[in-house]
Amino acid sequence: MSASVILIKNVHLIDPSQSFSKAIDVLISGGIIKKIGKDLSDASARIIDADGLIGCPGFIDLHCHLRQPGFEHKETIASGSAAACRGGFTTICCMPNTNPALDNAGAIDYVMKTAASEAPQVNVLPVGCITKARAGKEIVEMSELAGAGCVAFSDDGSPVSSSRLMSLAMENAAGLGLPIIDHCEDLDLSEGGQLHDGWVAARLGMKGIPSAAEESAVARDIALAELTGARLHITHVSTRGAVELIRNARLKGLPLTADVTPHHLTLTEERVISRPDHAGAPLAYDTNAKVNPPLRTASDIEALILGLNDGTIDAIATDHAPHADEDKLCEFEIAASGISGFDTALGVLLTFLDGKIALDTLVACLTSGPARVLGIGASGAGTLKTSSPADMVLIDTKKVWMVEADAMLSKGKNTPYLGQQLKGMVAATLHRGELVYAGVPERISR
Amino acid sequence: MTEKVLLTSSDIERALIRIAHEIVERNKGAKNIAFVGIKTRGVPLAQRLAGIIQDMEKVEIPVGSLDITLYRDDVSSLNFKHVVQQTNVPFDITDRQVVLVDDVFYTGRSIRSALDALIDLGRPETIQLAVLIDRGHRELPIRADFVGKNIPTARNEEIKVFLKETDGTDKVAVVSVEGENNELK
Amino acid sequence: MSLSEVKQGTAGQETLPSLSIDLWHHRHVLDLDDFTREEIDLVFEIADGMVEVLSRDVKKLPTLRGKTIATMFFEPSTRTRASFELAAKYLGADTVGLDAVRSSVAKGESLIDSLRTLQALEVDAIIIRHPCSGAPYIAAEHLETSIINAGDGCHAHPSQGLLDMYTLRRKLGDLKGCRIVIVGDIMHSRVARSNIWGTRGLGIKLVLCAPPALMPHGMAAMLEKCGLQHVSIEPDINNALQDADVVMPLRLQKERQQSGLIASIREYIRLYQVNNERLKRAQPGVIVMHPGPINEGIEVSRDVAYSSYSVIEQQVTNGVAVRMALLYLIAGGKSR
Repeated sequence: MSASVILIKNVHLIDPSQSFSKAIDVLISGGIIKKIGKDLSDASARIIDADGLIGCPGFIDLHCHLRQPGFEHKETIASGSAAACRGGFTTICCMPNTNPALDNAGAIDYVMKTAASEAPQVNVLPVGCITKARAGKEIVEMSELAGAGCVAFSDDGSPVSSSRLMSLAMENAAGLGLPIIDHCEDLDLSEGGQLHDGWVAARLGMKGIPSAAEESAVARDIALAELTGARLHITHVSTRGAVELIRNARLKGLPLTADVTPHHLTLTEERVISRPDHAGAPLAYDTNAKVNPPLRTASDIEALILGLNDGTIDAIATDHAPHADEDKLCEFEIAASGISGFDTALGVLLTFLDGKIALDTLVACLTSGPARVLGIGASGAGTLKTSSPADMVLIDTKKVWMVEADAMLSKGKNTPYLGQQLKGMVAATLHRGELVYAGVPERISR
Repeated sequence: MTEKVLLTSSDIERALIRIAHEIVERNKGAKNIAFVGIKTRGVPLAQRLAGIIQDMEKVEIPVGSLDITLYRDDVSSLNFKHVVQQTNVPFDITDRQVVLVDDVFYTGRSIRSALDALIDLGRPETIQLAVLIDRGHRELPIRADFVGKNIPTARNEEIKVFLKETDGTDKVAVVSVEGENNELK
Repeated sequence: MSLSEVKQGTAGQETLPSLSIDLWHHRHVLDLDDFTREEIDLVFEIADGMVEVLSRDVKKLPTLRGKTIATMFFEPSTRTRASFELAAKYLGADTVGLDAVRSSVAKGESLIDSLRTLQALEVDAIIIRHPCSGAPYIAAEHLETSIINAGDGCHAHPSQGLLDMYTLRRKLGDLKGCRIVIVGDIMHSRVARSNIWGTRGLGIKLVLCAPPALMPHGMAAMLEKCGLQHVSIEPDINNALQDADVVMPLRLQKERQQSGLIASIREYIRLYQVNNERLKRAQPGVIVMHPGPINEGIEVSRDVAYSSYSVIEQQVTNGVAVRMALLYLIAGGKSR
C-alpha cells in the first residue's frame, strides 16, 4: 500500500466505466482513488498540474510477449514492463510462448514472482498455455494453472489446430470461468506465407497468407464456442470477413469478444514494400512490417475501425512482440514475425485514428473493454471509480515526437513506425497510487 | 570558345588523294591492302581512301571498322564510360597489309588500343597508319606512316573534324577550350 | 540485326553512337522495374558490340583487366553462373565463385556477414543468386559494392529478362504489336516477373497463362496498381496462344505436384503443354523461347523445343553478351 497522497488538478477525465468525461480533480491516497470532484485540495498531497492533459484508467493490454524465460536477448519481464509503463499500460497479460512454455504452475509462478520483484510498476498477468508446450497434442492441467494465477489460456503464436482438442479446452476453461484467447490461423492455408496474399505478395514474389486462413479458423472457433458455452476471445483480428463473423455471432448472443492491434488499424500490406524514409531507393523488403497475422488492405482497416466503433471489437491489444536485431536483419522469408508495440501504441492510435475513432472509444478499448474481457472489472481494473486501485495514465495529446530506436525502452526496436512523427504521448503513469513514470516533471510539485 | 577553320572540303579531298597515292607507292601496288577505320570518323576516311585507290588501280579494297572502346587503357580510371559500338571487319586480316585509318593523331593511345584490337582479329603481314591530322603531343613511341596535314596545337586546343558522312559537312577546325580535355586522341 | 541497324534501317552505314552513356545511373542491377526504355536500349547497343567479340576465335578483351567479379550463389545453378563467369572472363576480369547453402533451417552465417567478407576482399561487383526474394536488396542496402541480381526467390531475374528481349529484338527487329505469351508456373517464376517489367514501352502485348493455383491471387491487382497495362491474364491456353508471335513455356518443377499445386504432371501436359498442335493457333512464324533448363515433354514437347521455332540456343549466346554489357556498365570505370 502506498502512503503517498497525490492530487491531480484540472485533468480532462475520460473513464468509460463511469461515463465520465470532464475537467476535474482527482485525489489519490493509500493506493486507491480517494475522491473525484471540482476544486479538491489536500495539504499533504503532491500536486500534478494536469491542465491540458487527458486522464484515464491505466491501460490494460490483453496480449503481449515478454519473452522471459528463454528469450531474454529479445526482451525481459523488466524491460518489457518498463516500456509498457511508459506507454501507459498498468496491467499487461503476457503470452506463454516462452521457453519453457507457461504450461505448468511452476512456470506461471516464476513469471509472477519475477514480475513482482523486477517489474513492480505494472501488473503482470500471465496467460497459460492451452496445450502442453503449445504442441497442440495434449491439454494442460487448467485448474492448476488457474490456481497459480493465470488469467486466461492461449497457445498464441500458434492456433489449436485440432478441433476436438479446442472443444475440450473450451469446456474446461468454461468450467473455471476463464477465457480462451485464440490466435486464429488455419496452418494449412497459411503455410509458407510471408505477408498478405494480395498485390504486394505478387509484386515481391513471395507466398501470401489469404484472409481465408483467419476467417475459416474464426468460423470454426465460433461454432465450438456455441457448442461448449466457452468465453471465447479472438485476438489480433485482421480481416473484414472475420469482423463480420464476429458481429453475426454477437448478434446471436454468444459471449464472444475480440481485440485488434494498433498496427492492423493503421498499416496496410504496402508498408512491406515501401518505407517512409526510403524514397527513391530500390524496393524495400521491410522486415519490420512482417507480422502474423499480416498487414492487410485498406478495406480490412475500414472494417476493423467500424468494428471498434460499433462494439463488435471490444479491445485494442498491442501484441507487443519484440525481437533482437539479428532476427529481423535478414532475408524476409527467414525474418521473425512480430512488431514491438509498447513504445508506440498510444502515439500511433492518437495520430492515425484521429477523426475515425472517438477518443472515448479508444480509451474504452484500452481500459474497460479489456477489463470486461478478462472479467476483472469487479476488482477495480480499468476504472477510476472511487476506492478502485489508482492505476491511471495522464496523456498529452498535443505532444509531437519522433519514433527513434535508441529512445525505445523495449529491447525490441522492430517497429515499422521508426522515423515516424507521432502526436500524443503519455505524460505520467500511476500504478497503485505511485507515480511510476513521470515524463513531465515540470508539472509535478514536491 | 573560338573556332577557326583550317581545312576546307577541297583541302581534305586533296590530302586524301595524296595519301592514297603514297599508300600505293609505299606498298608497290594495291594488291593485298585492306583498310581498317577507327570508329567513328576513321571509317568514312578509310572508305574514301579505298574508293580512291579502287578507281586508280581497278582493284577491290576491303574496308572494316574497328571499335576500340573495350581496349582503352583508361577504362578503369575514367569517371565516365564510353558507349561500346560494334567492330565489323568482315574479312581475314592475316597476311595482309592493313592500313589503320584515324582522323586525328594525338597522344597515340587510341592507336595502341587499335593495335591490340587488330591483333586479336588476326596476324597482318604489316600494319601501317594513315591519319588525316597529326596534332603532335605524342605520349607513346608510335608514328604515322601517312599524314594528311601536320597541325601543331596547344594542349588546351581541340581539333574538330567534320565529315559529310557523319556530320553533314567536310571541314577541319581548331577550337580553344577552357579547362580539362578528357578526349583520348 | 543490331540496334543501330534497326534505327538506321540499313546495315553498314556509318553512324555516331546513338545513345549517350550518361543515361546510365545504376549502381546495381536488381530488377528491371527501375530501368527506363533508354537504359535498356543502351544495354542492347553495348551487347551488340559484345556479340561481335563472341564471334572471334580469341574471346578476350582487356576492358575489365584488374577488376574482380565475385559470384555468390546460394542456390545451385550451372548455366547462369557459367554465363556470368564467362562474361567476366571474356572482359578480362578475374572471377571468384562462392557457393553457399541457404535453408531456413540451417541458418549459419548471416547473409550480410557473408557479403561483408567479399566487400572486405575489395571485389568490384558481386553477382548474387539466392532462394529468398529480396536478398539482393538487403545486400545493396548494406554494402558499398555493386550488386547484380542473378535471381532472387520468385521475384526477379533481370539479366534473363534483358536477354529474352534482346534475343527477340535481334530476331524480329521492331517489337511493336508483338504478342508474347508466357505459359506455366507464373507464381514461382522470377523470369516471368522480370519480363513483365522488361517489356514495357515497346508496344508489346504480354499475356500470362497459368493453371489457377499457379497464378498469384494478387497478380491482377498488381498489374493495375503498377500501371502495367500491356500485360493481361488469360487462363485458357487456347485463347492465350491465339495469334501469338512468341511463346515462352516456363519450367514446371516436380515439387509443384508434391505440394499439391497441380493434380498431376499428366494433367498439366494435357492442359498446358506447348506442342505443335497448340502452336497451330499461333502465328505461322511463331518463336519459342525458354529460360532453361527444359523439362522435355512436360512444359514443352520435345519436337517443339528443338524445332526451327526455337531460339533457345540464341538465348544462351545472347545471355553472355548481355551479361558482358551489364558488367561493363557496372564494373567499368573508377572503383567507388
